[in-house]
Amino acid sequence: MNTIPPPPRQARRIAIGSRPGRSRLDRSNLSRWDLKLSPYLYISPFFLLFFVVGLFPIVYTAVISFMDWDLVRGRGTFIGFDQYAYVLGQPKFWVALRNTFSIFLLSSVPQLLLAILIAAMLDQNIRARTFWRMGVLVPYVMAPVAVALIFSNMFGDKYGLVNTTLDHLGIAPIPWHSNAFWSHIAIATMVNFRWTGYNTLILLAAMQAVPRDSYEAATLDGAGRIRQFFAITVPSLKPTLIFVIITSTIGGLQIFDEPRMYDQYGTGGANSQWLTITLYLYDIGWGQWNFGRAAALAWILFILILLIGVINLFVTRRVVRDEGSGR
Amino acid sequence: MNAMPTEPHVSEPRTETELISTLSARRRPRRLAPRGVPGSRPRWFVYGVLGVVLASALFPYYWSFLIGSGDSFTIRDPEMSWLPGGNFLANAAAVVNDPAVGFWRALGNSILSSGLIALSVVAFSTLAGWAFAKLRFRGSKALLVFVVATMAVPTQLGVVPLYILFSEMGWTGSIGAVIVPALTSAFGVFWMTQYMQQAVPDELIEAARIDGASSFRTFLTVGLPAARPAAAMLGMFTFVTAWNNFFWPFIVLDRSDPTLPVALSLLQSNYFVDYSIVLAGVLLSTIPLLILFVFAGRQLVSGIMAGAVKG
Repeated sequence: MNTIPPPPRQARRIAIGSRPGRSRLDRSNLSRWDLKLSPYLYISPFFLLFFVVGLFPIVYTAVISFMDWDLVRGRGTFIGFDQYAYVLGQPKFWVALRNTFSIFLLSSVPQLLLAILIAAMLDQNIRARTFWRMGVLVPYVMAPVAVALIFSNMFGDKYGLVNTTLDHLGIAPIPWHSNAFWSHIAIATMVNFRWTGYNTLILLAAMQAVPRDSYEAATLDGAGRIRQFFAITVPSLKPTLIFVIITSTIGGLQIFDEPRMYDQYGTGGANSQWLTITLYLYDIGWGQWNFGRAAALAWILFILILLIGVINLFVTRRVVRDEGSGR
Repeated sequence: MNAMPTEPHVSEPRTETELISTLSARRRPRRLAPRGVPGSRPRWFVYGVLGVVLASALFPYYWSFLIGSGDSFTIRDPEMSWLPGGNFLANAAAVVNDPAVGFWRALGNSILSSGLIALSVVAFSTLAGWAFAKLRFRGSKALLVFVVATMAVPTQLGVVPLYILFSEMGWTGSIGAVIVPALTSAFGVFWMTQYMQQAVPDELIEAARIDGASSFRTFLTVGLPAARPAAAMLGMFTFVTAWNNFFWPFIVLDRSDPTLPVALSLLQSNYFVDYSIVLAGVLLSTIPLLILFVFAGRQLVSGIMAGAVKG
């Protein structure tokens, strides 16, 4: 049911953007200006604000990253690429880079697999579908900080739920904080908890866009459900998967809230076990108050995101092209 | 197709347009064509898997209620009960009354900032989306591509200059410094453009123009009513995102005048962490969004699914 009434018949013959009817010549001058100018008036509030709070800071970050910024005087002196060289020369940066990628992979790969599986279940002819769909989205409304607090408690080394349960089963407790790998698992679990349902719904939408007759035809051809899933469903998910992978890369490499809240100090662990790039950026900027270095690190992060985005695009283009020629 | 032979056959929405038109017709009871082998109901394991998923989605909420309703000793109790204790209100009161946390200020700040941000993003995005989707002007394509491209820019890239800017203006520590940078959203413009391209037939705009309506009047009478469902979803998403945002508020706000996530982070930064109080605070701060979810969760689901198909 569309709320928009059907347009009057005579209107259809006039192309958009053409001159108004001849009977209205007296107003045509005014309405020509109206037509020409008004689009710019509509986009200008957005762009004006966007330039001030969105674009200016990006450009200015680049400027600051080439400076030794003096906080007291609010000015900087130009020093070329020194800040970049400093950041890249810090062992901590490379640890943070490793941690960020490790957490990113541990959160995105299982998450995508799980999301595809759950979406396939939701795509069945189930009862109470709205209930289940809402159910998977429940974690999404909780703030990452809140999620992190709950899971930090459950992954506590001494009294945490996970280790207590393991103890009951006679398994040795896991060093969730002192060991880098296990701390990444714990942090990735927080990310997975909050985002799996969200991505499930995106993939579900893509699955529902697959024509149902394809499945019926496959059934007639004798293909089982599992075969149908891999032969029909998964290939048609590709564009959506690319979308999900790119957005989760942009988000995943920026991770801050969860590692920041993983213990009460928020510094990424005594040996930087779960220090991420953004956590490091915060420490440089608002712990050491060195804005030039923080700006340089921000640009390094941006370049990393762009690089991975380009690699993603390159890989997926090839995959998609193969897919196209195979048909 | 086994879904009630007497019903008129309404097929599953296939494209974004269909999805969106399904969304805008909320009153209509939806009969979606069943999936899979005609006549077959899914087997028990489908419900089994979904049950496990639902349980793990709810478990952390229950766990925080369990710990949050106990006392500081509960977490260490080897014989811990799986039934909640009776201390939730006392713990919640401890959070609310902790002067170091400033709960009421935080709640007020969160409501004010998220509300204003959602309103402004919706207003600016609807206006710009209308122009990009339905009006012709020089440079519109290039400008739209530019807007979309900026969606890949991380927040981190702007925080240093924004901090310098706000501290020169004397705004650091005030909630305004959280609100102003979030007043526009490139995603919002993209979202509204996508929606309006499909939801508003060009003929309707021409008709309004023939009737002598000015450009702005056309927007008010044709564009705005059609944009409502998408604007509502954008508003909700923006509200949830702003409510949960942590990084920038944590940098720019004073500990004495926080938003809820910043206040939550303070609960844990004490030397001695009493988890019964921390997790009571976690639940307390999530209640407003849970209420929103109860009333608008269905629309959130449709919004995510409608926005997804563009790939």
